[in-house]
Amino acid sequence: MSYARALRCRKCGQEYPLQPLNRCDFCLSPLEVSYDYKAMARGLSREELAAGPRSMWRYRDMLPVEGEEVDIGTGFTPLVKADNLGRELGLDRLYIKNDCLNPTYSFKDRAVSVAVSKAREFGFDTVACASTGNLAASVAAHAAKAKMRAYVFVPSDVEPGKLVGAAIYDPILVKVDGSYDDVNRLCTEVAKRYSWGFININLRPYYAEGSKTLGYEVAEQLGWRAPDCVVAPAASGLLFTRIWKGLDELAMLGLIEPVNTHMYIAQAAGSSPIVNAFNAGSLHINPVTPDTIVKSIAIGNPADGHYALMVARQSGGGACAVDDEEAIAGVQLLAQTEGIFAEAAGGVVVGVLRKLAASGVIKRGELTVASITGAGPRTQEVLTDIVRPFAVQPTIESVEESIGALVRSA
Amino acid sequence: MTKTQVMFTFPQELIREPIIYSLGHQFKIVTNIRRADVTENRGWVVLELEGEEKDIEQGIAWVTSKGVRVDPVVGDVVEG
Ligand SMILES: Cc1ncc(COP(=O)(O)O)c(C=O)c1O
Ligand SMILES: [Zn+2]
Repeated sequence: MSYARALRCRKCGQEYPLQPLNRCDFCLSPLEVSYDYKAMARGLSREELAAGPRSMWRYRDMLPVEGEEVDIGTGFTPLVKADNLGRELGLDRLYIKNDCLNPTYSFKDRAVSVAVSKAREFGFDTVACASTGNLAASVAAHAAKAKMRAYVFVPSDVEPGKLVGAAIYDPILVKVDGSYDDVNRLCTEVAKRYSWGFININLRPYYAEGSKTLGYEVAEQLGWRAPDCVVAPAASGLLFTRIWKGLDELAMLGLIEPVNTHMYIAQAAGSSPIVNAFNAGSLHINPVTPDTIVKSIAIGNPADGHYALMVARQSGGGACAVDDEEAIAGVQLLAQTEGIFAEAAGGVVVGVLRKLAASGVIKRGELTVASITGAGPRTQEVLTDIVRPFAVQPTIESVEESIGALVRSA
Repeated sequence: MTKTQVMFTFPQELIREPIIYSLGHQFKIVTNIRRADVTENRGWVVLELEGEEKDIEQGIAWVTSKGVRVDPVVGDVVEG
């Protein structure tokens, strides 16, 4: 049994029964799952949570799922102390939350595991999504596990590796030939026309809750405490708001001390509507048309942008963007210091972290967690000119000739 | 009849123009404002449009041609 009791409008507070519904009828603002925290608190302890399965489902009682979950082995990913990277950036207590190590290589598995579980509970036999790759793979994989049909819409310029990463699970893959805006418009219409469980539309409130587990895990892995600072990427802004909600809930349930974490949003400069609003001191997000190679976080009109912005402001955090070049440099730095190969969104996080540390916004001694949300190998085309091997003949003389000087200088 | 929920973003020079009024009149669309804010240099309105699909399509095209940015209220549906 879950402690979820209603869907609640984030703006006007209007409540709705737990159903596949995304927006408030009155003010058209996003709906959010609300819980009976009093009852939840009675049933939870650190010891019990720590004894649960080594996956996101150890926090099952804090998620809105009633029936059996659709789980492909997501979560409880490593939180590693990143001393090498920290030294480069001037941070003494830096940690990487490595969500590259989820079953489909991104944090999306957290959100989708909850969304597909709910889809099955609601009686849908089909789930769908529109994605530039990460969400597509995750939805297809979970649908395969749940034996449900999946329709996955992708823009025609998706990286080939991301297409393969979704196609392997055999969803019905629909490639849309058109601009970014065209794909968006089409998928909004598709979602209206067919009665599917659309992962990030009518199932969005449940989808959102899955990402809270990232916040829970960080706190538990730090020995039941919230970090001083979190840097996380934002596309629609949902993950960012849910990391915060996760920490906040733990405090509310008495599992950690009151949270004083500064939350920092990382975006790519070519698609940074939330950072723009933060810098302008505005509460409203003006949509932009994305232009960046960091496609996984290129959202021009972020559904939860306003709420992500509010979290950054109210937590005493901030928002910062880096350009594509800085993002790629960040990917390389992370790989070459910590051995973690992230996709460009991870490079954005590292680039932003570098800026925030250099400008003294994040201080050397602050316990900082960088959220690395997706793995690199599926988007190799963003890395040009990094494979420069020494070509040798299969003779020791040839090896000596080619790398001898290098070996001696080491 | 169909209903669509959209957000209009007005640049400064259009804030004073009765665009939503004209939209209702010229295209037989019922406009229903749910949320809005106008500052000195920009304005946005979240509203529901109700009418024939064809009228709504043409209406949105007209509003866009005036220089107003039109986005779906649900935000972008395509995700990472
Ligand atoms: C790798 C990666 N990081 C971060 C995000 C941001 O997610 P959100 O839409 O919740 O802000 C996404 C998804 O779009 C993603 O694919
Ligand atoms: Zn409302």
